[in-house]
Amino acid sequence: MKLVVAIVRPERANEILEALFRADVQGVTLSRVQGHGGETEKVETYRGTTVKMELEEKVRFDIGVSDHFVEPTVKAILGAARTGDVGDGKIFVLPVEKIYRIRTGEEDRAAVTPVQVVAAGKA
Amino acid sequence: MDQPTLVPADTAWMLASTALVLLMTPALAFFYGGLVRSKNALNTMMMSVAALGFVGVAWALLGYSLAFAEGSAFLGGLQNALLRGVGLAPQGTIPQLLFMAYQGTFAIITAALVSGAIVERMRFSAYLVFITLWSLVVYAPIAHWVWGGGFLAKMGALDFAGGTVVHINAATAAFVAAVVIGQRKDYARQAILPHNVPFTLLGAGLLWFGWFGFNAGSALAANGLAALAFVNTMIAPAGTLVVWTVLDLVRSGKATAVGAATGIVVGLVAITPAAGFIGPRAALVLGMVAAFPSYYALVYRARTRLDDSLDVVAAHGLGGTVGALLTGVFASKAWNGTVDGLLRGNGGQLGIQAVGVLASIVYSGVATYVLFKVIGLVIPLKVDRRDEGLGLDVSQHGEEAYADGEGAILILQRTEADAPAAVPALAAAAAEGGRS
Repeated sequence: MKLVVAIVRPERANEILEALFRADVQGVTLSRVQGHGGETEKVETYRGTTVKMELEEKVRFDIGVSDHFVEPTVKAILGAARTGDVGDGKIFVLPVEKIYRIRTGEEDRAAVTPVQVVAAGKA
Repeated sequence: MDQPTLVPADTAWMLASTALVLLMTPALAFFYGGLVRSKNALNTMMMSVAALGFVGVAWALLGYSLAFAEGSAFLGGLQNALLRGVGLAPQGTIPQLLFMAYQGTFAIITAALVSGAIVERMRFSAYLVFITLWSLVVYAPIAHWVWGGGFLAKMGALDFAGGTVVHINAATAAFVAAVVIGQRKDYARQAILPHNVPFTLLGAGLLWFGWFGFNAGSALAANGLAALAFVNTMIAPAGTLVVWTVLDLVRSGKATAVGAATGIVVGLVAITPAAGFIGPRAALVLGMVAAFPSYYALVYRARTRLDDSLDVVAAHGLGGTVGALLTGVFASKAWNGTVDGLLRGNGGQLGIQAVGVLASIVYSGVATYVLFKVIGLVIPLKVDRRDEGLGLDVSQHGEEAYADGEGAILILQRTEADAPAAVPALAAAAAEGGRS
């Protein structure tokens, strides 16, 4: 089990979601964050005050996946998030010790397997 | 004819009307600004605000003369260029200088209306050049045709406050602008949602308020005609709003706020050419009828490849056309004292109205197209894709509508060569590429 954390451009977030759904990755948490990467800073002026914006708006994806889903997840994000300019973001893959699904108490791999797949298996 | 004399009551009302119409342009900034994404809010609002300056100056220097000085059937002369000869002598019953200012507010809002079709992607410098030249090359001649003694005026085309001059003209230019500049990169690929619907409602409310000056002021006097136009400006949009809401309820079961704001504007547009020519019951019918074409055009347009982003064609083009044609149907001598329409046996008026509409569409379409092509030779009309992704507020204006200040580092103006940099640690990190 891994936790895939991706910090991406806000304007790519919709494409990334679409790519993830295409890759059958359905459990996604998304948050708006601010960060500092290597991008050239934006300079803004308000009346006489000039400021450098050191923090860029980013969107953070948190995706808990079973091991064989790591590669498709990362590939989907890499493909959809890239514009080729500095500031496209990062993907981190972290080991996960334990996962619980709160509703059922399922653990680990069962906890990150989408419900529809289970239902289809029973049918 | 009597020697023209100044009438204080008329002058007072026109002073107020001029201020009311000027307010419509910042109102439009809110109306349009609420409908775009937050990263383009300032850019969209600035497109209206800039018109106050650039078109305002162009109007005073040259536009007024081209529109209202005596000239040919197609264009005014240069006698009043640089405001020469425009003084306090009466034009009708108000000072000519005031008449110039009142008409200037119309030129400003008309140019700003066009921006609705090209928001979120047009280069701001190119836009400034465009609206300035457009107000002289396209707006001023059409204003001359209808109000400055040009050929449409001589034919007897009725346009009380600018259905053809303002709305059909702006909508045609907007259509051409959307086609020439092209779609936003996200159009039909992503959901593009309004970022602040309350702004849009505020804008619609302020537009309605200002529109009393637009329509009732077009009587150019504080008299019964002004009262008629004023009341029609209240009743017709109310009718449009009711029909629009019902159409919303029937179609989706929900009465939308963006729909209400749009319905109000469509009703205001439709009553504009008719305001002083038709009775109040006819105005109500006109307002209600006007809802249908615009409503269905809006629904249809979103499924096409035409990225007329804020639906200037559907709202102003169709609303203006319906209003201009129905003026020829409902015009009533009993109310306006001059001319009857189709319903009172003067069918020819409808034909004259149609000629007015067509002439505006053809001239505005062709002239706007040529103007864009010429400007495009000098300045790229569109921002590049990267800047569009970042948003035009930052890329065109160096500001954000909703900056929270986090991560903002003050750039100190150095007074001495050895003054320390603002935050050395962060600057050093940035120099190394900022990677941890």
